Amino acid sequence: MADSDRVQAVSSTDEFIKGLWRENPVFVQVLGMCPVLAVTNSGINALAMGLATTFVLVLSNTLVSALRRVIPRQVRIATFILIIASFVTVVDYLIQALSLELHRALGAFISLIVVNCLILGRAEAFASKNSVARSIMDGLGMGLGFTFALLCLGGVREILGSGSLFGFALFPAGFQPWIVMILPSGGFFTLGLWLLLFNYLKARRQAVQGAVQEVTS
Amino acid sequence: MNDDSLWTIFLNASLVNNFVLAYFLGICPFLGVSGRLATATRMGGAVCFVMLVSSVCAYGIHHLLVAIDAPYLQLISYIVVIASTVQLVEMFIKKMSPALFRALGIFLPLITTNCAILGLALFQTNKGYGLLQSLVYALGAGSGFTLALVLMAGIREKLELATVPDMVQGTALTLMVAGILSLAFMGFAGLGA
Repeated sequence: MADSDRVQAVSSTDEFIKGLWRENPVFVQVLGMCPVLAVTNSGINALAMGLATTFVLVLSNTLVSALRRVIPRQVRIATFILIIASFVTVVDYLIQALSLELHRALGAFISLIVVNCLILGRAEAFASKNSVARSIMDGLGMGLGFTFALLCLGGVREILGSGSLFGFALFPAGFQPWIVMILPSGGFFTLGLWLLLFNYLKARRQAVQGAVQEVTS
Repeated sequence: MNDDSLWTIFLNASLVNNFVLAYFLGICPFLGVSGRLATATRMGGAVCFVMLVSSVCAYGIHHLLVAIDAPYLQLISYIVVIASTVQLVEMFIKKMSPALFRALGIFLPLITTNCAILGLALFQTNKGYGLLQSLVYALGAGSGFTLALVLMAGIREKLELATVPDMVQGTALTLMVAGILSLAFMGFAGLGA
Protein backbone atom coordinates (compact mmCIF):
# COMPACT_ATOMS: atom_id res chain seq x y z
CA MET A 1 0.00 0.00 0.00
CA ALA A 2 0.97 3.62 -0.48
CA ASP A 3 0.73 4.04 3.29
CA SER A 4 3.71 1.82 4.08
CA ASP A 5 5.81 3.48 1.37
CA ARG A 6 5.29 6.86 2.94
CA VAL A 7 6.07 5.59 6.44
CA GLN A 8 9.56 4.76 5.25
CA ALA A 9 9.98 8.09 3.53
CA VAL A 10 8.98 10.28 6.47
CA SER A 11 9.27 9.24 10.12
CA SER A 12 6.36 10.01 12.44
CA THR A 13 8.47 12.36 14.56
CA ASP A 14 8.75 14.41 11.42
CA GLU A 15 4.93 14.50 11.09
CA PHE A 16 4.88 15.91 14.60
CA ILE A 17 7.61 18.53 14.12
CA LYS A 18 6.32 19.90 10.82
CA GLY A 19 3.10 21.18 12.39
CA LEU A 20 5.00 23.07 15.07
CA TRP A 21 7.11 25.25 12.82
CA ARG A 22 7.67 24.52 9.13
CA GLU A 23 3.96 24.08 8.31
CA ASN A 24 2.57 26.02 11.26
CA PRO A 25 -1.21 26.14 10.65
CA VAL A 26 -1.59 29.82 11.54
CA PHE A 27 1.60 31.57 10.48
CA VAL A 28 2.41 29.55 7.37
CA GLN A 29 -0.87 28.02 6.16
CA VAL A 30 -3.12 30.86 7.43
CA LEU A 31 -5.91 28.47 8.50
CA GLY A 32 -8.47 28.81 11.29
CA MET A 33 -8.23 32.58 11.55
CA CYS A 34 -11.51 33.25 13.36
CA PRO A 35 -10.64 31.75 16.80
CA VAL A 36 -7.06 32.99 16.41
CA LEU A 37 -8.28 36.57 16.38
CA ALA A 38 -11.32 36.29 18.59
CA VAL A 39 -10.14 34.59 21.79
CA THR A 40 -6.55 35.83 22.03
CA ASN A 41 -7.19 38.89 24.18
CA SER A 42 -5.50 37.10 27.11
CA GLY A 43 -2.95 34.32 27.57
CA ILE A 44 -5.28 32.03 29.53
CA ASN A 45 -8.04 32.16 26.91
CA ALA A 46 -5.51 31.50 24.16
CA LEU A 47 -4.09 28.47 25.98
CA ALA A 48 -7.54 27.00 26.72
CA MET A 49 -8.71 27.47 23.14
CA GLY A 50 -5.51 25.96 21.78
CA LEU A 51 -5.75 22.87 23.98
CA ALA A 52 -9.46 22.38 23.20
CA THR A 53 -8.72 22.56 19.47
CA THR A 54 -5.79 20.13 19.84
CA PHE A 55 -8.05 17.68 21.69
CA VAL A 56 -10.71 17.78 18.97
CA LEU A 57 -8.09 17.62 16.21
CA VAL A 58 -6.35 14.54 17.61
CA LEU A 59 -9.60 12.65 18.25
CA SER A 60 -11.18 13.51 14.90
CA ASN A 61 -7.96 12.63 13.07
CA THR A 62 -7.93 9.27 14.87
CA LEU A 63 -11.52 8.40 14.03
CA VAL A 64 -11.37 9.65 10.44
CA SER A 65 -8.20 7.69 9.85
CA ALA A 66 -9.65 4.54 11.44
CA LEU A 67 -12.78 4.79 9.28
CA ARG A 68 -11.04 5.93 6.10
CA ARG A 69 -11.79 2.73 4.17
CA VAL A 70 -15.43 2.60 5.29
CA ILE A 71 -16.55 6.16 4.46
CA PRO A 72 -17.86 6.50 0.87
CA ARG A 73 -16.07 9.22 -1.08
CA GLN A 74 -19.22 11.13 -2.05
CA VAL A 75 -20.35 11.86 1.52
CA ARG A 76 -16.93 12.13 3.16
CA ILE A 77 -17.09 15.87 3.94
CA ALA A 78 -20.50 15.51 5.62
CA THR A 79 -19.21 12.54 7.62
CA PHE A 80 -16.09 14.41 8.71
CA ILE A 81 -18.19 17.36 9.89
CA LEU A 82 -20.49 15.06 11.88
CA ILE A 83 -17.49 13.38 13.55
CA ILE A 84 -15.97 16.77 14.39
CA ALA A 85 -19.28 18.14 15.68
CA SER A 86 -19.66 15.17 18.07
CA PHE A 87 -16.20 15.70 19.56
CA VAL A 88 -16.77 19.45 19.86
CA THR A 89 -19.97 18.79 21.80
CA VAL A 90 -17.92 16.60 24.17
CA VAL A 91 -15.33 19.37 24.66
CA ASP A 92 -18.06 21.98 25.15
CA TYR A 93 -19.63 20.02 28.03
CA LEU A 94 -16.17 19.13 29.42
CA ILE A 95 -15.09 22.78 29.69
CA GLN A 96 -18.46 23.69 31.18
CA ALA A 97 -17.89 21.05 33.88
CA LEU A 98 -14.27 22.03 34.59
CA SER A 99 -14.57 25.82 34.67
CA LEU A 100 -17.77 27.75 34.14
CA GLU A 101 -15.81 31.00 34.12
CA LEU A 102 -13.64 29.88 31.21
CA HIS A 103 -16.71 28.61 29.37
CA ARG A 104 -18.23 32.07 29.66
CA ALA A 105 -15.04 33.82 28.52
CA LEU A 106 -14.74 31.68 25.39
CA GLY A 107 -18.48 31.76 24.74
CA ALA A 108 -19.74 30.54 21.39
CA PHE A 109 -16.18 30.07 20.14
CA ILE A 110 -15.97 26.61 21.69
CA SER A 111 -18.91 25.47 19.56
CA LEU A 112 -17.37 27.25 16.61
CA ILE A 113 -14.40 24.84 16.68
CA VAL A 114 -16.65 22.76 14.37
CA VAL A 115 -16.14 25.20 11.52
CA ASN A 116 -12.42 25.69 12.11
CA CYS A 117 -11.01 25.05 8.63
CA LEU A 118 -7.84 23.61 10.18
CA ILE A 119 -9.62 20.53 11.55
CA LEU A 120 -11.61 19.75 8.42
CA GLY A 121 -8.51 20.50 6.38
CA ARG A 122 -6.37 17.96 8.26
CA ALA A 123 -9.14 15.34 8.10
CA GLU A 124 -9.40 15.73 4.33
CA ALA A 125 -5.74 16.29 3.48
CA PHE A 126 -4.02 13.95 5.94
CA ALA A 127 -6.13 11.65 8.13
CA SER A 128 -8.24 10.25 5.26
CA LYS A 129 -5.05 9.09 3.51
CA ASN A 130 -2.75 7.94 6.34
CA SER A 131 -2.54 5.33 9.10
CA VAL A 132 -3.99 5.94 12.58
CA ALA A 133 -0.63 6.38 14.36
CA ARG A 134 0.62 8.93 11.85
CA SER A 135 -2.69 10.80 11.91
CA ILE A 136 -2.45 11.10 15.69
CA MET A 137 1.09 12.50 15.41
CA ASP A 138 -0.05 14.91 12.72
CA GLY A 139 -3.00 16.03 14.85
CA LEU A 140 -0.78 16.55 17.88
CA GLY A 141 1.80 18.52 15.92
CA MET A 142 -0.74 20.71 14.16
CA GLY A 143 -2.72 21.23 17.38
CA LEU A 144 0.35 22.26 19.36
CA GLY A 145 1.50 24.49 16.52
CA PHE A 146 -1.93 26.13 16.61
CA THR A 147 -1.68 26.54 20.41
CA PHE A 148 1.80 28.03 20.02
CA ALA A 149 0.48 30.59 17.52
CA LEU A 150 -2.46 31.46 19.78
CA LEU A 151 -0.06 31.98 22.68
CA CYS A 152 2.16 34.23 20.53
CA LEU A 153 -0.84 36.45 19.85
CA GLY A 154 -2.44 36.19 23.26
CA GLY A 155 0.85 36.93 25.03
CA VAL A 156 1.59 40.06 23.01
CA ARG A 157 -1.97 41.34 23.27
CA GLU A 158 -2.23 40.74 27.02
CA ILE A 159 1.18 42.27 27.81
CA LEU A 160 0.50 45.42 25.84
CA GLY A 161 -3.27 45.64 26.38
CA SER A 162 -3.53 44.84 30.10
CA GLY A 163 0.12 45.05 31.26
CA SER A 164 0.07 41.47 32.53
CA LEU A 165 0.74 37.89 31.43
CA PHE A 166 -1.53 34.99 32.50
CA GLY A 167 -3.08 37.42 35.00
CA PHE A 168 0.20 38.42 36.71
CA ALA A 169 1.00 42.13 36.52
CA LEU A 170 4.30 42.75 34.73
CA PHE A 171 4.69 46.50 34.86
CA PRO A 172 4.80 49.05 37.73
CA ALA A 173 1.58 50.90 38.52
CA GLY A 174 2.44 53.84 36.25
CA PHE A 175 2.07 51.71 33.07
CA GLN A 176 -0.64 52.95 30.76
CA PRO A 177 -2.10 49.89 28.97
CA TRP A 178 -2.74 50.10 25.22
CA ILE A 179 -6.47 49.47 25.28
CA VAL A 180 -6.51 49.10 21.50
CA MET A 181 -4.58 45.81 21.75
CA ILE A 182 -7.39 43.97 23.53
CA LEU A 183 -10.02 45.45 21.22
CA PRO A 184 -10.82 43.68 17.93
CA SER A 185 -8.54 45.89 15.84
CA GLY A 186 -5.56 44.96 18.04
CA GLY A 187 -6.06 41.34 16.98
CA PHE A 188 -5.81 42.23 13.30
CA PHE A 189 -2.71 44.38 13.87
CA THR A 190 -0.88 41.79 16.00
CA LEU A 191 -1.56 38.94 13.58
CA GLY A 192 -0.51 41.15 10.67
CA LEU A 193 2.80 41.90 12.40
CA TRP A 194 3.46 38.21 13.18
CA LEU A 195 2.81 37.29 9.55
CA LEU A 196 5.21 40.07 8.56
CA LEU A 197 7.89 38.55 10.78
CA PHE A 198 7.34 35.09 9.26
CA ASN A 199 7.49 36.53 5.73
CA TYR A 200 10.76 38.23 6.64
CA LEU A 201 12.25 35.01 8.04
CA LYS A 202 11.16 33.09 4.93
CA ALA A 203 12.64 35.69 2.58
CA ARG A 204 15.91 35.69 4.50
CA ARG A 205 16.14 31.88 4.47
CA GLN A 206 15.57 31.83 0.71
CA ALA A 207 18.25 34.49 0.24
CA VAL A 208 20.73 32.43 2.28
CA GLN A 209 19.89 29.23 0.35
CA GLY A 210 20.32 31.10 -2.93
CA ALA A 211 23.75 32.35 -1.84
CA VAL A 212 24.80 28.84 -0.74
CA GLN A 213 23.73 27.38 -4.09
CA GLU A 214 25.70 30.05 -5.93
CA VAL A 215 28.86 29.24 -3.95
CA THR A 216 28.56 25.46 -4.35
CA SER A 217 27.71 25.42 -8.05
CA MET B 1 -37.59 35.93 25.77
CA ASN B 2 -35.63 38.95 24.60
CA ASP B 3 -37.61 42.13 23.86
CA ASP B 4 -35.07 44.24 21.92
CA SER B 5 -36.74 46.32 19.22
CA LEU B 6 -36.24 45.12 15.64
CA TRP B 7 -34.37 48.29 14.65
CA THR B 8 -31.90 47.91 17.55
CA ILE B 9 -31.27 44.30 16.60
CA PHE B 10 -30.61 45.19 12.98
CA LEU B 11 -28.27 48.07 13.86
CA ASN B 12 -26.45 45.97 16.43
CA ALA B 13 -25.82 43.05 14.09
CA SER B 14 -24.84 45.10 11.04
CA LEU B 15 -22.79 48.00 12.42
CA VAL B 16 -22.12 48.09 16.17
CA ASN B 17 -21.18 44.42 16.55
CA ASN B 18 -20.28 43.78 12.93
CA PHE B 19 -19.80 40.02 12.54
CA VAL B 20 -16.51 40.31 10.69
CA LEU B 21 -14.85 43.33 12.27
CA ALA B 22 -16.00 43.02 15.89
CA TYR B 23 -16.75 39.30 16.41
CA PHE B 24 -14.16 37.91 13.95
CA LEU B 25 -16.65 35.56 12.33
CA GLY B 26 -16.21 34.66 8.68
CA ILE B 27 -12.61 35.81 8.41
CA CYS B 28 -11.71 33.13 5.83
CA PRO B 29 -14.03 34.38 3.04
CA PHE B 30 -13.27 37.94 4.18
CA LEU B 31 -9.59 37.38 3.36
CA GLY B 32 -10.22 35.02 0.45
CA VAL B 33 -13.01 36.55 -1.67
CA SER B 34 -12.31 40.25 -1.07
CA GLY B 35 -9.96 40.61 -4.06
CA ARG B 36 -12.62 41.72 -6.59
CA LEU B 37 -15.56 44.03 -5.94
CA ALA B 38 -18.06 42.15 -8.16
CA THR B 39 -17.35 38.74 -6.60
CA ALA B 40 -17.50 40.24 -3.11
CA THR B 41 -21.02 41.61 -3.69
CA ARG B 42 -22.33 38.28 -4.99
CA MET B 43 -20.68 36.34 -2.21
CA GLY B 44 -22.34 38.70 0.27
CA GLY B 45 -25.72 38.02 -1.34
CA ALA B 46 -25.28 34.25 -1.18
CA VAL B 47 -24.20 34.39 2.48
CA CYS B 48 -27.19 36.65 3.33
CA PHE B 49 -29.57 34.11 1.81
CA VAL B 50 -28.02 31.13 3.60
CA MET B 51 -28.12 33.11 6.85
CA LEU B 52 -31.84 33.87 6.49
CA VAL B 53 -32.78 30.27 5.73
CA SER B 54 -30.58 28.72 8.40
CA SER B 55 -31.79 31.27 10.94
CA VAL B 56 -35.40 30.16 10.46
CA CYS B 57 -34.38 26.48 10.56
CA ALA B 58 -32.28 27.02 13.70
CA TYR B 59 -35.27 28.66 15.38
CA GLY B 60 -37.43 25.63 14.60
CA ILE B 61 -34.79 23.10 15.61
CA HIS B 62 -34.09 24.85 18.89
CA HIS B 63 -37.75 24.60 19.89
CA LEU B 64 -37.93 20.99 18.75
CA LEU B 65 -34.84 20.06 20.78
CA VAL B 66 -36.20 21.83 23.86
CA ALA B 67 -39.46 19.92 23.42
CA ILE B 68 -37.75 16.51 23.26
CA ASP B 69 -35.20 17.54 25.91
CA ALA B 70 -32.03 16.88 23.91
CA PRO B 71 -29.95 20.09 23.94
CA TYR B 72 -26.70 18.19 23.34
CA LEU B 73 -27.82 17.55 19.76
CA GLN B 74 -27.95 21.30 19.06
CA LEU B 75 -24.54 21.72 17.45
CA ILE B 76 -24.80 18.60 15.30
CA SER B 77 -28.26 19.41 13.97
CA TYR B 78 -27.37 23.05 13.26
CA ILE B 79 -24.36 22.09 11.17
CA VAL B 80 -26.39 19.52 9.22
CA VAL B 81 -29.06 22.12 8.45
CA ILE B 82 -26.47 24.66 7.31
CA ALA B 83 -24.71 22.13 5.10
CA SER B 84 -27.99 21.16 3.40
CA THR B 85 -29.01 24.82 2.94
CA VAL B 86 -25.70 25.55 1.24
CA GLN B 87 -26.22 22.51 -1.00
CA LEU B 88 -29.68 23.86 -1.90
CA VAL B 89 -28.33 27.34 -2.70
CA GLU B 90 -25.63 25.76 -4.82
CA MET B 91 -28.17 23.83 -6.91
CA PHE B 92 -30.41 26.90 -7.16
CA ILE B 93 -27.63 29.20 -8.41
CA LYS B 94 -26.35 26.53 -10.82
CA LYS B 95 -29.83 26.28 -12.36
CA MET B 96 -30.69 30.00 -12.39
CA SER B 97 -27.36 31.63 -13.22
CA PRO B 98 -24.51 29.41 -14.42
CA ALA B 99 -22.28 32.51 -14.87
CA LEU B 100 -22.54 33.44 -11.19
CA PHE B 101 -21.97 29.78 -10.28
CA ARG B 102 -18.65 29.83 -12.11
CA ALA B 103 -17.66 33.21 -10.63
CA LEU B 104 -18.10 32.03 -7.04
CA GLY B 105 -16.33 28.72 -7.68
CA ILE B 106 -14.98 26.88 -4.67
CA PHE B 107 -16.16 29.54 -2.23
CA LEU B 108 -19.78 28.51 -2.66
CA PRO B 109 -19.51 25.08 -0.97
CA LEU B 110 -17.13 26.66 1.54
CA ILE B 111 -20.00 28.76 2.92
CA THR B 112 -20.71 25.66 5.04
CA THR B 113 -17.55 26.24 7.04
CA ASN B 114 -18.17 29.99 7.29
CA CYS B 115 -18.31 30.49 11.03
CA ALA B 116 -20.51 33.57 10.67
CA ILE B 117 -23.48 31.34 9.82
CA LEU B 118 -23.08 28.83 12.64
CA GLY B 119 -22.24 31.76 14.92
CA LEU B 120 -25.47 33.50 13.96
CA ALA B 121 -27.53 30.40 14.75
CA LEU B 122 -25.81 30.00 18.15
CA PHE B 123 -26.06 33.68 19.11
CA GLN B 124 -29.77 33.96 18.28
CA THR B 125 -30.42 30.88 20.42
CA ASN B 126 -28.36 32.29 23.31
CA LYS B 127 -30.13 35.64 23.13
CA GLY B 128 -33.56 33.97 23.03
CA TYR B 129 -34.86 35.83 19.97
CA GLY B 130 -38.33 35.14 18.59
CA LEU B 131 -38.94 34.20 14.96
CA LEU B 132 -39.26 37.76 13.62
CA GLN B 133 -36.33 38.96 15.73
CA SER B 134 -34.19 36.08 14.45
CA LEU B 135 -35.02 36.99 10.86
CA VAL B 136 -34.06 40.64 11.39
CA TYR B 137 -30.90 39.55 13.21
CA ALA B 138 -29.93 37.33 10.26
CA LEU B 139 -30.65 40.17 7.83
CA GLY B 140 -28.50 42.56 9.88
CA ALA B 141 -25.64 40.10 10.20
CA GLY B 142 -25.78 39.31 6.48
CA SER B 143 -25.75 42.95 5.44
CA GLY B 144 -22.95 43.69 7.90
CA PHE B 145 -20.92 40.83 6.40
CA THR B 146 -21.59 42.13 2.88
CA LEU B 147 -20.67 45.67 3.90
CA ALA B 148 -17.33 44.59 5.39
CA LEU B 149 -16.56 42.43 2.35
CA VAL B 150 -17.41 45.18 -0.15
CA LEU B 151 -15.43 47.83 1.75
CA MET B 152 -12.42 45.52 1.88
CA ALA B 153 -12.68 44.64 -1.81
CA GLY B 154 -12.83 48.33 -2.74
CA ILE B 155 -9.71 49.10 -0.72
CA ARG B 156 -7.83 46.11 -2.08
CA GLU B 157 -8.62 47.02 -5.70
CA LYS B 158 -7.05 50.44 -5.04
CA LEU B 159 -4.09 48.92 -3.21
CA GLU B 160 -3.17 46.83 -6.25
CA LEU B 161 -2.03 50.02 -7.95
CA ALA B 162 -0.01 51.23 -4.96
CA THR B 163 3.63 50.34 -4.36
CA VAL B 164 4.14 48.42 -1.11
CA PRO B 165 7.24 46.54 0.10
CA ASP B 166 7.33 42.88 -1.05
CA MET B 167 7.38 41.65 2.52
CA VAL B 168 4.05 43.25 3.43
CA GLN B 169 2.16 42.08 0.37
CA GLY B 170 -0.65 39.53 0.71
CA THR B 171 -2.30 38.51 3.96
CA ALA B 172 -0.20 40.75 6.21
CA LEU B 173 -1.32 43.87 4.33
CA THR B 174 -4.95 42.74 4.25
CA LEU B 175 -4.90 42.20 8.02
CA MET B 176 -3.47 45.68 8.64
CA VAL B 177 -6.23 47.22 6.51
CA ALA B 178 -8.80 45.11 8.38
CA GLY B 179 -7.43 46.43 11.67
CA ILE B 180 -7.92 50.03 10.55
CA LEU B 181 -11.43 49.21 9.26
CA SER B 182 -12.22 47.64 12.60
CA LEU B 183 -11.02 50.78 14.38
CA ALA B 184 -13.31 52.84 12.17
CA PHE B 185 -16.29 50.60 13.01
CA MET B 186 -15.69 51.24 16.71
CA GLY B 187 -17.07 54.70 16.00
CA PHE B 188 -20.51 53.06 15.81
CA ALA B 189 -20.23 51.84 19.39
CA GLY B 190 -22.21 54.82 20.67
CA LEU B 191 -25.21 53.82 18.54
CA GLY B 192 -25.90 50.45 20.15
CA ALA B 193 -27.52 49.31 23.32
